[in-house]
Amino acid sequence: MTESTLLSIEDVIVDLPTPRGNLRAVDRVDLTVGAGRTLGVVGESGCGKTMLSRAILQLLPKKAKLSGRVMFDGQSLLQLSPEKLRKLRGRSLAVVFQDPMTSLNPVLTIGTQLIETLQEHLELDMRAATKRSVELLAAVGIPAPEQRLTQYPHQLSGGMRQRVAIAIALSCEPKLLIADEPTTALDVTIQAQILDLLAREQRRRHMAMILITHDLGVVAGRTDEVAVMYAGRVVERAPTPALFKKMRMPYTEALLAALPKIDAAPHTPLPAISGRPPDPTRPLKGCSFSPRCRYAWAQCHVEKPRLEESDSPGHQFACFRPIDTSAGAGA
Amino acid sequence: MLGFVARRLLYLVPVLIAVSLLTFLIASLLPGDLAYTILGDQATPEKVAALRQEMGLDQPIWVRYFGWLGNILQGDLGRSFRTGQTVLQAVTERLPISLELMVLAQVIALAIGVPLAIICAARSGGPFDRFMTGTAFGMLSVPTFLSAILLIYLFAVELRWLPATGYVPFGEDPAKNLRFMVLPALTLALAEWPGIMRVLRSDMIATLQEDYIALAKAKGLKASRILFVHALKPSSLTLVTITGINIGRLIGGAVIVETVFALPGIGRLLVGAIATRDLIILQGVVLLVGAGFVLINFIVDMLYAMLDPRIRHGRA
Repeated sequence: MTESTLLSIEDVIVDLPTPRGNLRAVDRVDLTVGAGRTLGVVGESGCGKTMLSRAILQLLPKKAKLSGRVMFDGQSLLQLSPEKLRKLRGRSLAVVFQDPMTSLNPVLTIGTQLIETLQEHLELDMRAATKRSVELLAAVGIPAPEQRLTQYPHQLSGGMRQRVAIAIALSCEPKLLIADEPTTALDVTIQAQILDLLAREQRRRHMAMILITHDLGVVAGRTDEVAVMYAGRVVERAPTPALFKKMRMPYTEALLAALPKIDAAPHTPLPAISGRPPDPTRPLKGCSFSPRCRYAWAQCHVEKPRLEESDSPGHQFACFRPIDTSAGAGA
Repeated sequence: MLGFVARRLLYLVPVLIAVSLLTFLIASLLPGDLAYTILGDQATPEKVAALRQEMGLDQPIWVRYFGWLGNILQGDLGRSFRTGQTVLQAVTERLPISLELMVLAQVIALAIGVPLAIICAARSGGPFDRFMTGTAFGMLSVPTFLSAILLIYLFAVELRWLPATGYVPFGEDPAKNLRFMVLPALTLALAEWPGIMRVLRSDMIATLQEDYIALAKAKGLKASRILFVHALKPSSLTLVTITGINIGRLIGGAVIVETVFALPGIGRLLVGAIATRDLIILQGVVLLVGAGFVLINFIVDMLYAMLDPRIRHGRA
């Protein structure tokens, strides 16, 4: 843990009791994010990325059990009193959710939803909070911001709503922004705009960001480090350039192969990862990816590989049969 | 917003016509001849025929309906053949009693039901929630006449805090009036708060699962603000509906409660009119009560639009 580490997660486990037994949504995850740095968390649906983000925010479902250590800005979040945690949330730890259609309150105006956050944490009076809200809306690229304040979420398009959600998240100048699939629910044409907006504001405000996505392409040019998650675990973690230069875990390779390529010939079939992730209530003995992995051999089915450092600095992976694929070559 | 109000008001016209038609039909189709009822069973056929002609009863039903409707539009709802009192007089005399009872009962029921619902939803599944849900279920199954008698026994007979029956107009002595009104209103409220609580509780629990509540928490808002500002408003549509139905129902008076506590309200006026076959009073009062019910529902629609901007903008 260096001086500039803002968030460090150690040995975090999230267990969800279900009628079919215990579901381990997050399984012994270690991650760190430095101040002003960006971390991409990548994985397919159900791999535990959202539960991990909720664990950091302490917004897990009531029945969920969380263990491990979450250190944020020198404080252990798991030991914080509810009141101190509340003062932290929205102030120095902010979040943008996946679906802007459901994450804004339908019966409150945009202005109310922005101003209440500002007034809660920054003790601004109504006039100052209103002025700052207009500035924030303008900063996230919303035209005619003064008029938006009195509008309701349903009067805005999906992309505009996500911009409002980002404005809310940025409102108190957080030290860390968690963006949980911020573009998944949006039109493709809007996705790049929103991602660029997040990247721009992140740099401008020197704030750290965790960008959660299922799309390796999204993290490619926009993050300093990438963690690939599968079945609740981090299976590969590396500085972004190093990862795309040399990916070691077959799952990462498969994720990359599943992306459409701009230079592919028309009607080229898109390679999908065959099979489904394992049932999280019935953990496998071996590597979770082994049933779907085309490189798997006997050892992979009986023993769980640990996340270990490779020859390249900062590059870790959990695999007995690492590959050596560069993003340029494809899979 | 103005267009929305105008549209809703326009809808009221056919509904009110239907109400008047049904009211008139029911009163006309009741067995027995109005002329006989007025003259008594000793009347001669000639006298009956003469009265029928005088009252227009020998005319076809639709002529009588439009005649009645025309009179109503001129503000004449008719006059009781027994007391000579006009329908409007009878109603304006008794309506304040029923309205006061209704308003007090709603205020008490909401004052009990809404806070309990919010506490239960915030701690759903906890011991308090389970206890209150059970209690509400029990209270739902207590009939009004029983709780009325139990309340009279407790507060009037045993403790002697409040009078058991009677009425003093509010204008005459407000304090005394309220003392007479407390027990009847409480009786009605006891029957209504469980419904209010259960509906609001389950709507609140559903709302608290929403993404925007998670975001409100992630924004670091106070729990009270999340519950009262972010969750209560979108959860209160069903609450408004059932409160509207309760109010609408009570405009016609609370027959049992008015009878038990000897309050001269609309409910007793109606029951009296039925018992004495005072059809003019009956159809007039039913029409006014029906119109009141329609009006309350109109107000409920307006409240929906106030609570949910998506309805106001015609999107949901």
